Amino acid sequence: MDMKKKVPIREQAPEVRAHNFDEVCLGYTKEQAMLEATRCLECKNPLCVMGCPVSVPIPEFIHKVKEGDFDKAFEIISECNTLPAICGRVCPQESQCEGKCVRGIKGESVAIGKLERFVADYAMEKGKRRPHSHEKNGKKVAVIGSGPASLACAGDLVKYGYDVTIFEALHEAGGVLLYGIPEFRLPKEDVVKKEIAMLLHMGVKIELNTVVGKSVTIDELMEKEGFDAVFIGTGAGLPKFMGIKGENANGVFSANEYLTRSNLMKAFDENSTTPIMRAKKVAVVGGGNVAMDAARTALRLGSEVHIIYRRSEAELPARVEEVHHAKEEGVIFDILTNPVEILTDDNGSVCGIRCVKMELGEPDASGRRKPVVIEGSEFDIDVDMVIMSLGTSPNPLISSTTDGLKTNSRKCIVADEINGQTTREGVFAGGDAVTGAATVILAMSAGRSAAVGIHDYLSNK
Amino acid sequence: MYEIINAKKLTDNIYSFVVRAERVASACLPGQFVIVRSHCDAERIPLTICDYDRENKTITLVFQVVGAGSLRLSRLKSGDCLHDVAGPLGRASELCDTSLDELKNKSILFVAGGVGTAPVFPQVKWLKEHGVDSDVIIGAKTKEMLIMENEMDQFATNLYITTDDGSYGRHGLVTKVIEDLVKSEGKHYDMCVAIGPMIMMKFCCLTTKALNIPTTVSLNPIMVDGTGMCGACRVTVGGEVKFACVDGPEFDGHLVDFDEAMIRQNIYKTEEGRAYLKEKEGDTHHGGCGHCGGEQ
Repeated sequence: MDMKKKVPIREQAPEVRAHNFDEVCLGYTKEQAMLEATRCLECKNPLCVMGCPVSVPIPEFIHKVKEGDFDKAFEIISECNTLPAICGRVCPQESQCEGKCVRGIKGESVAIGKLERFVADYAMEKGKRRPHSHEKNGKKVAVIGSGPASLACAGDLVKYGYDVTIFEALHEAGGVLLYGIPEFRLPKEDVVKKEIAMLLHMGVKIELNTVVGKSVTIDELMEKEGFDAVFIGTGAGLPKFMGIKGENANGVFSANEYLTRSNLMKAFDENSTTPIMRAKKVAVVGGGNVAMDAARTALRLGSEVHIIYRRSEAELPARVEEVHHAKEEGVIFDILTNPVEILTDDNGSVCGIRCVKMELGEPDASGRRKPVVIEGSEFDIDVDMVIMSLGTSPNPLISSTTDGLKTNSRKCIVADEINGQTTREGVFAGGDAVTGAATVILAMSAGRSAAVGIHDYLSNK
Repeated sequence: MYEIINAKKLTDNIYSFVVRAERVASACLPGQFVIVRSHCDAERIPLTICDYDRENKTITLVFQVVGAGSLRLSRLKSGDCLHDVAGPLGRASELCDTSLDELKNKSILFVAGGVGTAPVFPQVKWLKEHGVDSDVIIGAKTKEMLIMENEMDQFATNLYITTDDGSYGRHGLVTKVIEDLVKSEGKHYDMCVAIGPMIMMKFCCLTTKALNIPTTVSLNPIMVDGTGMCGACRVTVGGEVKFACVDGPEFDGHLVDFDEAMIRQNIYKTEEGRAYLKEKEGDTHHGGCGHCGGEQ
């Protein structure tokens, strides 16, 4: 075995998976996981742990994997990570734990994410439940939204003994894990729904179809329904558009709409009652994980797909694995390219996208080299669908209906970084609603910190 | 689950459900809507709230069968349950935010077209209950397609019915009634609220613009989540892009780009047509949709 390289992981072949929605990565077997675990150097001062937003004791759990004691490994991970089966699949490991791994200096880092996933899947398959909740303390906490921040927060609060109710606006719980991330990257029935079932098992209640700010306000929850504290984990759900000509043409979608139709409403399935447009050639504008998800969904629905991104490949914000998978499946990358207009036919439908070529100039505020338009480089690409994946911002539904809840210029809720406390007493917040669009693990981490914040607040009240 | 207390068929293809939905009934105001799913695998359908009963925790929904989803919805009976009812969504009618003194000094006209009579109703009722008078025009294609005449009559100061074919009430389109009232029957209106099919609202707005009557319309574009998340419902108002679900559904009718809105409404027409045929014909479906290949 070449210790410089990761034990290869089983995946569906690109030419096969480009036509189905089943999970791409099939995970390690027991033997493969134990073999990969032997690559861990078990550093005394593990840098990987410093790279993890929730500080999972990585060498400890990997040591248990090496010994074949997967139950113990799961226990160790569970201490810090409420949603390991999800994080193992969607964390940007290359810029977190694996990015710091000493093995990575002279070869490939240890496959920490894949090992976490293996342990979590093993535990889930065995039906291993986390410990039951502590005795009830009689206090009620409302958790708004059911994405990663909220699920993590609720999971910890119920362990502290609180009576926790999650309020979700849609007809199913899971937030972005459900409507945003596609089946082929994060299976819904086998992973997301099981994680949520585990919370229900622990005593968390979920009220669906409840749009807080409309169906009921936070003030009403606290004053009339007896909630002692509230956690806002409503994410960043509002899609951005470019504001260019033709953007309201038929065939232009936000990535949110396209992915919600496919993921939440199952429009990828011929038998679904919710329609999704099927196009010959699609342009996906943007370079993040959501852009990759939309591109790979369109590909699976039978389209030729182009990613249009204004910077160079090195700046693509998506996970390396997603870019790699997208390329393998046949997504075409038109980098250093920026749309200036969407072209429409006489029926008001998209028939093309007009772009300009870009080159990289001086570094901008983000530290990345700023893309600059090359004069006279305008050209058209024939497409019949455009998906805008330019990022999202927090929904103002709650901030605009809650007295004393301060937001910043980007509509993000102002909250303490350590305990999630907002400017309104008893109200805490975390995740994308506070930071703007970020990652599942950061949201989860914020949810857990806020759970401690809420516990401190209610214990001293 | 949300129990249907009373399901009624109002016309050949318009139905009314009284549904128990506690949170919606407690919080809603005229102008707002809900998103409904009839079954566990059904699509999300936005429906304007037609009436609400805070005491009994019920709302009334009135809908027309236009596709597979609403056809399936229409088959539910009293005692059945809707799988999901989310809301209230959207902003309440501007009337609810206007001072009553100001409203009482205004002469208000409502124009309702077809199934659009349902969303007009709670506004007229709300005004009457707050001591404000209003006139109402209801337009329907034929006498058989007219809905809620008696209900509206209880709350409208003057009710004018018109049918396209003259089979009941006045003869002609609602735009003709507006013109007749203002130009030949000595009526004066300070504001108008027009709700109905997109094409009707477009022409109402052209008429009221010429008559210089500020006009509000309620748009019903395609939606998925109804909370501002997907942007399917975007509409251009006064040159700016708005999301009907959170910025509306009511907008200044003289600023709405109706032509764009009508094009956007047809985006899934082919898929919807196929789905409707499949739902309607069930096992007896053997082609004609251009999709299943049954005709070959």
